[in-house]
Amino acid sequence: MTGTGSDGLVVDAEVRRGEFTLTVALAARSGQVVGLLGPNGAGKSTLLSAVAGLTPVSSGRITLEGEVMDDADAGTFVEASERPVGFVFQNYRLFPYLTVAENVAFSPRARGMGKRAARAAAGYWLDRLGLAGLADRKPGQLSGGQAQRVALARALAGQPALLLLDEPLSALDAGTRLDVQAELKRHLADFTGPCLLVTHDPLEALVLADQLIVLESGRIVQEGSPAQVARQPATDYVAKLVGLNLYYGQADGSRVTLTAGGSFVVPDQGQHGEVLAAVRPSAIVVSTRRPDSGSARNTWPAKVTGLTLLSDRVRLDLDGQPPALVDVTPAAVAELSLSPGSQVWLSVKATELEVYTRGAQLHQPIITSPAPAGDGEPGSPGVQR
Amino acid sequence: MVTRSAPSRLTAQKRARRAARGGASRSVPAPLLAPALIAVAFLLLPLAGLLIRAPWGHMAAALSGTDATQALTLSLWTASVSTGVSLVIGVPLAWVLALVTLPLVLPPVVGGVALLLAFSRVGLVGRYLDYWFGLTIPFTPLAVIMAETFVAMPFLIITVEGALRSADQGYEEAAATLGAKRMTVFRRVTVPLIAPSLGAGAVLCWARALGEFGATITFAGSFPGQTETMPIAVYYALETDPNAAIALSLVLLLVSVLVLVSLRDHWLRGGSVS
Repeated sequence: MTGTGSDGLVVDAEVRRGEFTLTVALAARSGQVVGLLGPNGAGKSTLLSAVAGLTPVSSGRITLEGEVMDDADAGTFVEASERPVGFVFQNYRLFPYLTVAENVAFSPRARGMGKRAARAAAGYWLDRLGLAGLADRKPGQLSGGQAQRVALARALAGQPALLLLDEPLSALDAGTRLDVQAELKRHLADFTGPCLLVTHDPLEALVLADQLIVLESGRIVQEGSPAQVARQPATDYVAKLVGLNLYYGQADGSRVTLTAGGSFVVPDQGQHGEVLAAVRPSAIVVSTRRPDSGSARNTWPAKVTGLTLLSDRVRLDLDGQPPALVDVTPAAVAELSLSPGSQVWLSVKATELEVYTRGAQLHQPIITSPAPAGDGEPGSPGVQR
Repeated sequence: MVTRSAPSRLTAQKRARRAARGGASRSVPAPLLAPALIAVAFLLLPLAGLLIRAPWGHMAAALSGTDATQALTLSLWTASVSTGVSLVIGVPLAWVLALVTLPLVLPPVVGGVALLLAFSRVGLVGRYLDYWFGLTIPFTPLAVIMAETFVAMPFLIITVEGALRSADQGYEEAAATLGAKRMTVFRRVTVPLIAPSLGAGAVLCWARALGEFGATITFAGSFPGQTETMPIAVYYALETDPNAAIALSLVLLLVSVLVLVSLRDHWLRGGSVS
């Protein structure tokens, strides 16, 4: 499908800030929650800022519901206050000197509603988010979860066509986070426009988002459904987030020669050239003696360099060709008397290896120059899905 | 081995106080005490002298021979108007730029001379005001207000400018995403955020205007009921009737203290918003 540009949010732009350059091409349809995942400094907040109109793009354009919000080439720029965008900031930024009700009524007031109508609108959203009892409180008297809901109510009260959430749960303690997350998921489901959700918590992204975009150093390195991203990570960062071993290599039928050393036997799917191979840490078996190696099984020696207890299992850090992270039970650690420096053998079934090419994870790069693509409509950067 | 002083005594009361405040001992380091005491003495002794020498027995008589009421009234309303003017034109100035605080370091008399050169009947601007509108500024209450504003406004400006600079821009961004245009953001977000500093700056400005002497007497003169403010009245009374000067000073002191005390709780406490 090719984005038509008339529905939802379409970003195809570059934002330069000093040395840093963010290059992004993405589309978010109405009702879709797009999760932006990435390490600190990847450009996630810069992207939200550009979409909200707080930072102009350096080149390219941003359209919402078919209307141009920012177009560097044409010189068009819609001010932040004129964009139909609701923004939930990381630390909420609730006005400390206004009550909850006044905070929520702020947007209707600022967008020209009368005092009474604005108060009624605020009352509606307070009810809807279960905040009616807190209307007269000041933000300083709210718990983290309540403040989060007030921030959401305040953003929604402006009746935005697009919702932006910048790490909406990061200011909460671990105890309340899950509850608030479940609640947020319900409210996001009610929102009819597109929604961009920035996070660096993979679980949050997997639970809340319909579509994931992974940003690293100002570029999109992977996009796809949460399940797809979790199964076939495209970079070391994503692999670490979803807890997989990731290897780069050259495929030649049923054999993959790994860049990190060694090689794997994989199910032959006719692959040739550069591929990625992912394997779960729990799929690798550790033994102290060399196991019988069948044709469909990879075995290699390795040295334990670290052990970390993760709730009910122990994660081993192993140096070998290739290196690996392996999960075993605490009992196995005792039985095999594993400690840093132990020499072990690793084995993994060929069928446990997920082998894929990197191109499958990433859409073709979209050039910001107005090169006609897809159906060639002027407003369409031709995002392929 | 590291030398350590003996454990200090900490009574239950002191413990409670320190626990409430948090952190380590915050008592004044001993070497700072001497100069601090000298400073306190320097600031308090003149006030003590004023109180001791006051003609408490015949206060009414001492005041009656002067234009005290007139001078006080004039001082109060001109100081208030000049604070108002400073708020109206000084806050936008602090917003737009962070300078024009020269009068802060300029001797007030020089300020008065400068005002005279600009606004007297033969001055740069005054000449045209006189020619076109028949408006003569010097030696009128308007001149008093201008002199006080000239000297006192910078106090408001630096307070507000500092607050604007340290204000969290995040709130203004949030307001913009909520649909607030520039002026709405200023009115509904920036001003409430800096309100404590605005109040503190206004009080400071008012107090400075109330005590203005040099620029006022140079630019506005000292016509009783017209331009003779309290400080000027005190100055002249000192030459003719020292008791009256002391009594007038006490009145001025009382007004200043009253204002500061009444506003302290509202404005000057920490500048926090909650």
